[in-house]
Amino acid sequence: MTIASTAGEAARPAAATVEPIAVFEDVHLAFDEKVVLRGVSFAVMPGHTKILLGASGSGKSTILKLMLGLLKPDAGRIWVHGERVDTMRERDLLALRDQTGMVFQEGALFDSLTVGGNVGYKLYGETDLPEEEIQRRIEELLGFIGLDEYLERMPSELSGGQRRRVAIARAMAFKPKLLLYDEPTTGLDPLTALTVDAEIVKLRDLEDVTPVVVTHQLRDAFYIAGHQAIRDPGVRLVPAPPEKVAEADFVMLREGKIVFEGSADELRCASDPYLREFLS
Amino acid sequence: MQQWLIAWIKSALIEVQEYVKLCQATARGAVTRPFYWRDLVTQMEIIGLGSLTVVILTGLFTGAVLALQSGVTLDQFGARPYVGRLVSATMVKALGPVLTALMLAGRVGSGIAAELGSMAVTDQIHALRALGTDPVRKLVVPRVLAGFIMTPLLTAVANTVGLIGGWVIAVFQLRVASGLYWSSVVEGLYIEDVYMGIIKPFFLGLVIVTVGCHVGLRTSGGTQGVGRSTTNAVVAASVGVLAVDFFLTRLILSVLYP
Ligand SMILES: Nc1ncnc2c1ncn2[C@@H]1O[C@H](COP(=O)(O)OP(=O)(O)OP(=O)(O)O)[C@@H](O)[C@H]1O
Ligand SMILES: [Mg+2]
Repeated sequence: MTIASTAGEAARPAAATVEPIAVFEDVHLAFDEKVVLRGVSFAVMPGHTKILLGASGSGKSTILKLMLGLLKPDAGRIWVHGERVDTMRERDLLALRDQTGMVFQEGALFDSLTVGGNVGYKLYGETDLPEEEIQRRIEELLGFIGLDEYLERMPSELSGGQRRRVAIARAMAFKPKLLLYDEPTTGLDPLTALTVDAEIVKLRDLEDVTPVVVTHQLRDAFYIAGHQAIRDPGVRLVPAPPEKVAEADFVMLREGKIVFEGSADELRCASDPYLREFLS
Repeated sequence: MQQWLIAWIKSALIEVQEYVKLCQATARGAVTRPFYWRDLVTQMEIIGLGSLTVVILTGLFTGAVLALQSGVTLDQFGARPYVGRLVSATMVKALGPVLTALMLAGRVGSGIAAELGSMAVTDQIHALRALGTDPVRKLVVPRVLAGFIMTPLLTAVANTVGLIGGWVIAVFQLRVASGLYWSSVVEGLYIEDVYMGIIKPFFLGLVIVTVGCHVGLRTSGGTQGVGRSTTNAVVAASVGVLAVDFFLTRLILSVLYP
C-alpha cells in the first residue's frame, strides 16, 4: 500500500488556470566574490516535472533554496505560488512554505529528534491533527520508504541512504503543492531509487504535487519523465504517452547560466559537445 | 594595512548589527506566539541541572580560598573572627556572579554555539525554515529564557556553597567559632549587596546565551567552522561577561549607593 493510494481523499479539481507555479526571471546571485547564478530564468508549470542538471557546484541547490526564500537573490525576480518570494518578509514566507516542501541534499534531519519525530515534525508542530491520525500517517510514510522498524531510532543511527529516505518522507508528509528534491536518489541502491522515482511520479499525477528534481542520475530523470501513474483501481505506473513525456522539462546549468532547456527527447538529440559529454 | 583595517571594521560592524537584530527578534519572539514551551523546559534542564556540578565545585573552592586568604590578611590586624564578613561580601557582590557566569560561558555558551553551529552547516536551520518554523523562536528564545532564569539560580547556589566552603575553612583551619562565622557573614551583607548579587546574573546570563546563539547561527565552513564558532563563542561570551559586569557594577553602584 502506498501513500498515494490511501491518502487521495480530496481529489482536487484539475488546475483550471495555466499560471506557472514558480517563475525565475533573470536571477543573479553571488556569495561574496564568487558568482553562482548569472541571469537564470525559467518557469515551472503545475503538474509538469522540472529536472535540473548540471555539474557539481553549478548552483542547483542554490536555485532550490532561492525558490523557498531561504536565500535572497542579488538581482532578478522570483515568484512562487504567484507571490514574490525574493522581496517577501520571513514571517509571510513561513506561511507560504506550507505549499512548498524540500528534500535537502544531505537530508538535514534534526539530530535531536527520532525518525518518527522528524517525519511528523510539521504535522506535530504546525497542524492540529489528532495524535492518532499523525501516528498513522507517520507509520504509513515510514512503511513506504521501507523503514517501519526505525520509528524510534535517532538519525545518527541510520545509514546515508536511510537518512535520505527519511528526509523524503518528512517532505512528503504534508503534501505540498510544490516539492523540491535535491538529489533524492544519489547514494541509493537502484531498487530503492526506483521506489523513490515512482513516488515522485505518483505524487505528481495523483496528488498534484509538482516536482522540481535536481539529479545527476539521468536514468532516474528519464524514468520520472517517461512514466505516469494511473488508478485502475489500484495505483500503477505505466509508460507515459508522448505528450505527457514532453511536459517534463530538462534544464541544464553551466557556470551560473542555463545552457539547455527542453524535453527528454530534445536532450537525447542535443548536439552541444558539453551536453553530449555530460550525458555520456 | 589600511584596507585590511577598513575590512576588519566593516565586518565587526556587520557582526554587531546582526547581533542586535538577533536580540530584537528574540525579544519579539519571547512575547508573541507561537511559543515552544517544551523546548524551554528542556533547555532549563540542560542549562540548569547540567551546570549544577561545575557551579557547586566552583563556588565551594572559591569560598574556601577566600576564607584562607582573608584569614591571613585579617590576622595582621588581629581581626580573624571577621572572616565571614569578607567571604560573604566578596562572594555575593563580586565573585559569585562573575565566576558562575564565566563557568557558564565555558559550558553553556560553547555547547549552544556547537549545537546551533552544526545545525547551520548541515542545513538543519534551513530545514526548520522550510518546514515553516522560525529558528529564532524554536531555538534561540527557549535558550535565552532558560539562561535568563537559570543563571541567577545557579549564582545563588554558588554563593551558598561558597559560604559553606568558607565556613569549613573558618571552623576547621582558622578555628573560628561556627556561630561567630555565620553572624559575621550576615553582618557583612547589606541589602544593597544582595540586590547587586541578584541583578547582575540576569544580565550575565543573557550575554552568555545570546552570544552563543549568535555565533552558532552564523557558522559556516563545515565541521571546521563549528570548531571555530565554539572557540569564538567562549572567548566572546567570557569577555562580554567581564565587560558587562564592570559596567553593570558601576551603574548599580551609582543607583543603589548614592
Ligand atoms: N553559503 C555559501 N557560502 C559561500 N558559497 C556558497 C554557499 N553555498 C554555496 N556556495 C557556492 O555556490 C556554488 C553553488 O553551490 P550549490 O550548492 O548550489 O551547487 P550544486 O549545483 O548543488 O552542486 P552539487 O551537485 O555538488 O550539490 C558552489 O560553488 C559553492 O561553493
Ligand atoms: Mg547541491
